[in-house]
Amino acid sequence: MAKPIHLKDHSKDSQIVQQRIVLAAVLVCLLISGLVARMYHLQVTQFEHHSTLSENNRVHVQPIPPGRGRIYDRNQVILAENRPSFSVSITRERVPDLPETFKLLQTLLELSDEDIESSRRRLAQSRRPFESVPVMFELSDEQIARISVNQFRLPGVEVQASFVRHYPLAEHFAHAVGYVGRINEQELKRIDPVAYAGTHYIGKTGIERYYEDLLHGTVGYEEVETNARGRVLRVLKRTDPLPGRDLTLHLDSRLQAVAERALGNRRGAVIAIEPETGGVLAFVSQPGFDPNLFVTGISYADYGALRDSLDQPLFNRVLRGLYPPGSTIKPMVAIAGLDSGAATRSSRVFDPGFYQLPNYSHKYRNWNRGGDGWVDMARAIARSNDTYFYDLAHKIGIDGMHDYLSKFGLGTRVSLDLFEEAAGLMPSREWKRNARRQPWYPGETLITGIGQGYMLTTPLQLAQAVSLVANKGVWRRPRLLMHADGQPPDESGTPENIELKNPEDWDFIISAMEDVMHAEHGTSRTAALGAPYRMAGKTGTAQVVAIAQGERYDSESLQERHRDHALFVGFAPVDAPKIAVAVMVENGESGGRVAAPVARALFDAWLLPAVEPVEFSEEAQP
Amino acid sequence: MKTWASTRAATGGQVGLRRREPLWQRIHVDPWLLLLILVLGAVGGFVLYSGSSRSIPVLSRQGVSFAIGLGAMLVIAQFNPRFMQRWVPFAYIGGVLLLLAVLLVGTEAKGAQRWLTIPGVMRFQPSELMKLIMPMSMAWYLARRNLPPSFKYVAVGMLIILLPTVLVLKQPDLGTSLLVASAGIFVLLLAGLRWRYIIGASVLLAPAAIAMWFFVLHPYQKQRVLTFLNPESDPLGSGWNIIQSKAAIGSGGVFGKGWLQGTQSHLDFLPEGHTDFIIAVLAEEFGLVGVCLLLMVYLLVIARGFYITLQAQDSFGKLLAGSITLTFFVYVFVNIGMVSGLLPVVGVPLPLISYGGTALVTLLSGFGILMSIHTHRKWMTQG
Repeated sequence: MAKPIHLKDHSKDSQIVQQRIVLAAVLVCLLISGLVARMYHLQVTQFEHHSTLSENNRVHVQPIPPGRGRIYDRNQVILAENRPSFSVSITRERVPDLPETFKLLQTLLELSDEDIESSRRRLAQSRRPFESVPVMFELSDEQIARISVNQFRLPGVEVQASFVRHYPLAEHFAHAVGYVGRINEQELKRIDPVAYAGTHYIGKTGIERYYEDLLHGTVGYEEVETNARGRVLRVLKRTDPLPGRDLTLHLDSRLQAVAERALGNRRGAVIAIEPETGGVLAFVSQPGFDPNLFVTGISYADYGALRDSLDQPLFNRVLRGLYPPGSTIKPMVAIAGLDSGAATRSSRVFDPGFYQLPNYSHKYRNWNRGGDGWVDMARAIARSNDTYFYDLAHKIGIDGMHDYLSKFGLGTRVSLDLFEEAAGLMPSREWKRNARRQPWYPGETLITGIGQGYMLTTPLQLAQAVSLVANKGVWRRPRLLMHADGQPPDESGTPENIELKNPEDWDFIISAMEDVMHAEHGTSRTAALGAPYRMAGKTGTAQVVAIAQGERYDSESLQERHRDHALFVGFAPVDAPKIAVAVMVENGESGGRVAAPVARALFDAWLLPAVEPVEFSEEAQP
Repeated sequence: MKTWASTRAATGGQVGLRRREPLWQRIHVDPWLLLLILVLGAVGGFVLYSGSSRSIPVLSRQGVSFAIGLGAMLVIAQFNPRFMQRWVPFAYIGGVLLLLAVLLVGTEAKGAQRWLTIPGVMRFQPSELMKLIMPMSMAWYLARRNLPPSFKYVAVGMLIILLPTVLVLKQPDLGTSLLVASAGIFVLLLAGLRWRYIIGASVLLAPAAIAMWFFVLHPYQKQRVLTFLNPESDPLGSGWNIIQSKAAIGSGGVFGKGWLQGTQSHLDFLPEGHTDFIIAVLAEEFGLVGVCLLLMVYLLVIARGFYITLQAQDSFGKLLAGSITLTFFVYVFVNIGMVSGLLPVVGVPLPLISYGGTALVTLLSGFGILMSIHTHRKWMTQG
């Protein structure tokens, strides 16, 4: 089939283009007329309007910052609120002579050179032209009056009522709730400049940081007409801001007070978790600090004192304190032994007071140097026998222990909403090869079995691990947020539950932990005396200074700060656990004598009817 | 310019050229266009001086760009359109490859990846190149078919347009991708794209857009579209510029406040007063009269462009000249429409007046193509 040949018809083509060009020309003329009409509308019809705006007055868009959401504990006790406060704001473009204005403000308000310098720095952070920047906070009535009287000498300076974050319970919740502070350079790059147009504060740590998006709210704005001196003459248009969400936490300030009182003047960390929900009931990192200092900008002197203090009050021990877990992980190692088949419930080991690897002369000592004789698993947990666990660790092997203990969250970030949690370290052959470029030695497996060596955990991880035992392997990530205006936190990303081949192993281990507290030979029986309910627990000590071979541990000769940390993990009541606790007392030496009574105080406060209302005691803080 | 010389000699020989061509024709410059361009450049200089708060560095950099642009225009005008036509397919492929390179190894600035850097040599924007390659490619593709193009050719043409447009949109550069796409679509429309296709496309796209709105877009995406369409609903973001530029324009009145007398533009109220929003400065200082005079000059440029289109001797020249002229109009309309609050905020400069060297060189190169088309006609057929 021959196709018909299409010849190109040039005259038709050119005619088509010609028609379209005429059409386009008409359209162009119409649209240009449209532009002229628009300009006529703006420049002639609305001339009066625009001309008044531009002559003496200026149109000005003012952002209205949203009210930050409040934070409550589970009983609606306020942990963070917004308090009205008077501040001085400066609009740089309206100040004729900035140094002169600062000098005048300094004499009027009787401020120090340092105050003026920090105000100057705040002003330098202004982001938009004609933005009024708050530079001095918390003015007294007298100071306000002085500025008002001298207002005519201070163009561009305004006294403004604004809301400033306030933490009524100050240092008691500084580590859990965190604090807000002024937005800095780095945060400025991260945030949406429009959403934060009127906001000068942003969450820096803790819940304030983690739930910044929920707490912040949506910015509103006002189109206002101002005169040349910056006074607002008329509001042209207003859109209200949307306040941030109020957060209700699982924390119980009564339990928090009990924990602080039980810890006394010691440094340490206490964390209590409700196993069923993962809710964090108490979160104590002692010593604390006053978060209110940070809100409007902390002075160099105050900050230096906090930073350089030997007690490290700014250090969040619950989330970032890394300690060898010591004997507290023995119940989890025991579960690894049972489930992997390395040991049975009844298999026994003879303890002469030390353990030796075949063909090695090094003696791995039991804490009880005389030895406990024949011990089985239950007795080894109750007595915290090291020799049994050296043997068990050797049988499981480091990789098996790594796999099981990782399932308990050791060496991983376990929390749902705790800001800047440390992951800790759960060592393995592979880790040592990559991180240290060294092979794994058999002796290192043994000391890992009693929670020493490379292994590092946070008090939060220990609480979560014991909460998992209480929960029989069901994972609920520890979280502070109960709900944000009724909306619970997002549960996605919860690790898999721990499934044992024989689920009755859970009951066996729990009953061994019960022996720790209640049996004649338990390491912590004094802490459980007289309790009307049954509890389960495990003591531990974390070495601060390594002890050389052959040297005897002598606590008297060691400085106080070189003494071992006392550890305790536990939960109660045994048959239906309502609270799981991890306690770490820095340089407390004995888990049974020092840490366990703190946990007992929390158990009593949570499980028994309150005898008297508990208040935060002032002398508890150093 | 050997190619030009030999081509001209060859064609001249064929038709037996006797009459001497006019001087302008011989140096391949269109005097009318040149005059209008120089007028716009001069106006731009005055407004820029005011809009940049009397910045001599800004003014001199713009002057240098203008000179480079004029040079490029004169050089391009020397090439015969037939010669250009031969190289169009390669230019298109090269242009697309450069756009891909931008996405892969481009230099980032202000959140968008638009530049290619040859270390130590230069930095350039391939998307600007595409503004010229696009109309040439479409004109090349459609000029060899019978007009109006059949469905198959329209479909292929759409693909030719879509590929670089999407690549530019990815950078992301909405303003330039709009200009690239419209340059291609104008060729299709000028080639007599049948009305049934135009209507059919709108009928298909409207329900698709409505369905997207209700079923696909998230609330926050809808909010962004709404802010884009009505910037004044976001007075702290893009609306800030519009509110201030409207106040600047409106306060100019009929005769304006006088050169360098604008208050809005000089008090930092008007951001980008010397780039995309420069018309607000002009409107404030020279009033409605100034704006109308400027629009008049633009209209004359467009009229001259249409005249060149009608006089072009082959389909390639007609389609290309028409598209370049209409794209120039899009610059004017979108920019002024945006600054006066009629249209969404898209980054399109006011041609030959806004500060910015790259756009200036591209625009003047486009005029170079127009001049080439107009001055390489066979003189005999005119008589």
